[in-house]
Amino acid sequence: MGEVHVVNGNYSAAEAVKAVDVDVIAAYPITPQTPVVEYLSEFVANGELDAEFIHVESEHSAISAVVGASATGVRVFTATASQGLALMHEVLFIASGMRLPIVMTVANRALSAPINIWCDHSDTMAQRDTSWIQLYCESNQEIYDTVIQAYRIAENEDVLLPVMVCYDGFTLSHTLEPVEFEPEDEIREFVGEFEPIHCKLDPEEPMTLGPVGGPDSYMEFKKMQHEAMKEALKVIPEVNSEFEKRFGRSYGDGLIEPYNVDDADVVIIAMGSVCGTIKHVIDEHRSDVGLIKVKAFRPFPGDDIRRLIEGKDAVVTIDRAHSYGSMPPLWTDVKAHAPDVEVSSTIAGLGGRDIRVEDILEVIEVAEKGEGTDEPVWINVNV
Amino acid sequence: MKYTVGAVIKEPGSTRRNKTGSWRIFRPVLDHEACVHCGRCYMYCPDGCISLDPEKGYVIDYDYCKGCGICAKVCPVDAIEMVLEED
Amino acid sequence: MIEVRIHGRGGQGAVTAAEILAIAAKEDGKYSQAFPFFGVERRGAPVQAFARISDHFIRVRCQIYEPDHVVVLDPSLVGTVNVVKGLKEDGVVVVNAREEEMNHLSEELGDYDVYYVDATSIALDELGVPIVNTAMVGAYVRATGTVSLDAVKDAIRMRFPGEIGEKNVSAAERAYEEVKEL
Repeated sequence: MGEVHVVNGNYSAAEAVKAVDVDVIAAYPITPQTPVVEYLSEFVANGELDAEFIHVESEHSAISAVVGASATGVRVFTATASQGLALMHEVLFIASGMRLPIVMTVANRALSAPINIWCDHSDTMAQRDTSWIQLYCESNQEIYDTVIQAYRIAENEDVLLPVMVCYDGFTLSHTLEPVEFEPEDEIREFVGEFEPIHCKLDPEEPMTLGPVGGPDSYMEFKKMQHEAMKEALKVIPEVNSEFEKRFGRSYGDGLIEPYNVDDADVVIIAMGSVCGTIKHVIDEHRSDVGLIKVKAFRPFPGDDIRRLIEGKDAVVTIDRAHSYGSMPPLWTDVKAHAPDVEVSSTIAGLGGRDIRVEDILEVIEVAEKGEGTDEPVWINVNV
Repeated sequence: MKYTVGAVIKEPGSTRRNKTGSWRIFRPVLDHEACVHCGRCYMYCPDGCISLDPEKGYVIDYDYCKGCGICAKVCPVDAIEMVLEED
Repeated sequence: MIEVRIHGRGGQGAVTAAEILAIAAKEDGKYSQAFPFFGVERRGAPVQAFARISDHFIRVRCQIYEPDHVVVLDPSLVGTVNVVKGLKEDGVVVVNAREEEMNHLSEELGDYDVYYVDATSIALDELGVPIVNTAMVGAYVRATGTVSLDAVKDAIRMRFPGEIGEKNVSAAERAYEEVKEL
């Protein structure tokens, strides 16, 4: 049995990183992720975590440092948000292309301009195509559990891809709530010792990493990354159920978490902390509504979602990001996998705009009226 | 071709198998009589294809020389001539 | 579920007050949430913090618009900020004020159940600084019974280990004893 502590989301993330016993951490502080860096440097300074903490001068350096460290065959961690993630952009492709099992947390935050430190998903959605696994969290408990599982997923021989654990800035990062922390020895047993599989920089046994892949080979390596993502669709549920057996907590099948979907006429598809508010609305106001919480955005469990929404009266997505000039990302992925289902699109909660109970009720109304199927409906917006 | 996970090459130095000498159109030919052993060609060669043999003097490794002609350009006594490769 | 809004000024410890309430709720075997008004905090500026306390895990994650209880750490905020905005009809207000200030403040606070305590004097006596958050948590739990005083004391000791914690426990205890209903 674990021990319950009342902590914020950033602490949950740091506690999980300590529990899995990472070897190298390199991170640069940025609101609302900053406390993660502070907690971890404190753990290292106090001797609670035996890791190398590399102080870097930017996020570009942070991700570069963990790429190098990971290539030497050790377990690594970094964390960022918003502009920091944007600055990491080019190196994210290198991490995934080299198939390095890096785990990074992102405290989701909007991007400038205008300057905004509050939550939306623009930062991680902009990194959608970097070939990182993306897992989104609803609660602080889920942050802790997901960071631990992320190492098992990333380090799986059939996957070997970096994982981004995403959680909403402020709404989770700065909110205290009870979280059960498991005994560290049990977590370490669950995660296991890190054994480098496909590469290890070692002067005794030299090898070449990051070579040229010309027109004769580049496509093959990229297709292999896609296949690894498809493997992750199998591995994520395996890790989720193994975690459940051991610690008694699970999040749907680890890819999606349906809530009241079987009994529902209307289904909302959403990601992150807003799923909690949606469940609250279902419980208190609308028992005829269901929720599909998308935990894994990459790889995208599109077929599972299609099976759940086929035959429903109304389906609607809530995106906390937009692809300007087209349709927002979650809606686009759902439609790509369920082209025959009418799906309404709403955009809510950009730049920390609170998503209130009444906003969820409005989302349901949009779905029931069949609006937003070819142009997103913006919720609680004044222009 | 073997497609390894992450494009990892476990055999370091395997690039030597790629004999870039086949790229050459002009071949540098060194006149040992005229050579003053200044070592400029050796220092300027971008591919490290020129080495000093204690018996023969400077020698060019035609397995890898791409025929760029820099050695001929920097030779102060014009001891290196670029000669058209024959098929 | 009880929803609480705490009004203070930057530096008075409104966020910590919400956190202590949330930790205390857990000590009482309840579920809780505590969060600041998300944004930039400046010393002296009006700030808000929030707490939710329930017998079940709390899923709702939007801000609190219709609180059950309001705690005001600084009497000068009454009138400057609408501290009873959205407060439920049977809501409770717990305000840091001296008895003589209450005549004037009660007009602003309408028909709500109002409790008051001179937390500033208590904080100065017990801590030597006018940081009233722990005293006000003590007064709040007496007025509303949301969580027990023992749980609050435990939470304060967890948050502030050592001597400083004991002083804050004394402040909470005194305010618990001295709070009065208007």
